[in-house]
Amino acid sequence: MGVAVLLKQVPDTTAKISVSGSRVDESAITKWSISPYDEYALESAIALKESGVDELVAITCGPQRASKCLTEAASVGADRLIHILTDADFMDSCTLQSILSSAIQRSGCDIVLCGKQAADTNSGSTGPGVASLLGYSCVGSVTEISMDGSKISATRLGNTGLEKIEVGGPCVFTFDKGEVELRRPNVRGIMMAKKKPIESIGIEELGIEIGSPKTSLKSHVSPPEKPPGQKFEGAGSIEIVVSKLRDEANVI
Amino acid sequence: MIMDITIISEVSNDSLHPVTAQMVGAASSIGGPVSVICPGGFGSVEAAKIAGVSKVISIEGDCFDSYDSMAWSGAIEPFIEGDLVLTSSSTLGREISSAIAAKKGFPVVQDITSLDDGISVTRSIFSGKAIEELEVSVPCVLSIRANSFQPADVGGEAEISTVNVSQQVSVAVKEALAKAGERLDVAEADIVISGGRGMGNPSNFSHLYELADEIGAAVGASRAAVDTWEEIPHSMQVGQTGKTVTPNLYIAVGISGAIQHLAGMRSSKYILAINKDPEAPIFGIADYGIVATWEESIPALKEHLSAIMSD
Ligand SMILES: Cc1cc2nc3c(=O)[nH]c(=O)nc-3n(C[C@H](O)[C@H](O)[C@H](O)COP(=O)(O)OP(=O)(O)OC[C@H]3O[C@@H](n4cnc5c(N)ncnc54)[C@H](O)[C@@H]3O)c2cc1C
Ligand SMILES: Nc1ncnc2c1ncn2[C@@H]1O[C@H](COP(=O)(O)O)[C@@H](O)[C@H]1O
Repeated sequence: MGVAVLLKQVPDTTAKISVSGSRVDESAITKWSISPYDEYALESAIALKESGVDELVAITCGPQRASKCLTEAASVGADRLIHILTDADFMDSCTLQSILSSAIQRSGCDIVLCGKQAADTNSGSTGPGVASLLGYSCVGSVTEISMDGSKISATRLGNTGLEKIEVGGPCVFTFDKGEVELRRPNVRGIMMAKKKPIESIGIEELGIEIGSPKTSLKSHVSPPEKPPGQKFEGAGSIEIVVSKLRDEANVI
Repeated sequence: MIMDITIISEVSNDSLHPVTAQMVGAASSIGGPVSVICPGGFGSVEAAKIAGVSKVISIEGDCFDSYDSMAWSGAIEPFIEGDLVLTSSSTLGREISSAIAAKKGFPVVQDITSLDDGISVTRSIFSGKAIEELEVSVPCVLSIRANSFQPADVGGEAEISTVNVSQQVSVAVKEALAKAGERLDVAEADIVISGGRGMGNPSNFSHLYELADEIGAAVGASRAAVDTWEEIPHSMQVGQTGKTVTPNLYIAVGISGAIQHLAGMRSSKYILAINKDPEAPIFGIADYGIVATWEESIPALKEHLSAIMSD
């Protein structure tokens, strides 16, 4: 049995995002990282590998620079690296999900770990969408996962609270921030990862039909500037602030 | 443009969440007729009373006893009519909307904050550091952000039809580890009060709970608070790796305002920050900042807020 982990490269969360000519200016972004929730998915995938999964496959879809995510994954234990290469600056959910589903099928994995939400899109569409397309089960907001024979148990935040669940067959797990400590690669891991080959595949090589885009990006804009806030000294000002909350802001 | 619109209702604590009326408001602004699907049957009587709803479908079945997004969406999908499907952008709403979209081959766009004929939508990306405008072709599935659309009024008299479904469940719940708090969830409340490491120790959060109970708010926390103190559950964490909240009022107490915290709350309508350090970055995005300790501020805040709210 193999485990696939979906990793997306996003601007580091400390990066400043600026808009120029109705697009986010990528050239101004100096640091790109694995999307934070995907790091938890990766960590959990390594833990599954340590408890007996045969192969850990890391998959990313993105431009050339995204291969860095795969090398990082290799440095902490990924066995196989698949990079679906594209320069598209925007993909609708249908296109991205059919690409990733096809890459997962290619990997032969029936357990898939990904982030609950990417730090750039903030969507949370991909995990459940890919599960639907593949006909897999889906468990969202997972913080812990373990394997017992052919069954997988996970802790997730369900609609009624924190629960322990169990799934038998093929499944996509979307990860939330967990209690687990993320491991750092050691020197040997880093050296080995540099030598690990990456299977770079063009979208056209996947042999899937991509229809015309169903969502198009019109523009990026900067969020509206907030008027400068009002600052008060000392707790004595609270009465004034409370009346402003009522009369100015109308929120109470 | 007139088209059939299907809304999947949002439920919290067995009754209809206010975002459902907001979805009806958003739908009515661009088309109709509007039908509402109530998964598990919850809230169907309330949904029928929302003005502008022409039909309510209450879907009942064993599969709604526990949560399995694929089973739920499989049970719901056959009852969807029309070219536009709306859900809320709660965690559950996002999962159901994506699963339904993928099953139908529709595109899905999450967490929209505006919707125009056409269809064009806006949504925030990079944790609120930018906004994107998208054009979506119909048919499609959209999830809407709470408190972004004018709710439809009460006053409808839609017919309710009840259907029974049976659907295979593949996610087995073995054990409930912690019940969702009796308290209001941060992602759902109109007012959120969050405490940070500046609260000093976890038992001091009781002051925030008391204030929250007084004014009907939810209590949140920074990651430093969640990570440092076992008593503060992860479900309370606001921020990039916690929850994104968009209340009308966000009150940050003893929180410095790290960029990852801002990522989860910067889209709140109004922000009030209480911090003893006048240089704390949180003041940079606060509409109202009070430079004081929580020890002095919380009692005064409680006194004045409850006085005003009981007027
Ligand atoms: C990848 C990544 C993801 C992260 N995700 C999140 C996230 O989702 N959410 C999040 O919150 N953080 C997140 N963080 C952590 C974040 O960087 C900060 O460390 C954290 O937000 C700090 O929490 P804090 O403001 O409570 O603590 P501190 O930064 O320690 O601030 C405490 C504040 O309390 C004030 N204070 C002290 N005593 C008092 C008093 N008596 N009265 C009033 N004020 C007082 C101090 O002046 C100070 O400003 C993340 C970090 C990383 C690297
Ligand atoms: N281009 C991509 N390449 C690899 N994984 C992706 C990609 N886009 C999304 N994902 C995965 O899907 C998760 C949710 O993404 P999103 O639906 O955009 O919020 C991410 O956290 C990743 O794990």
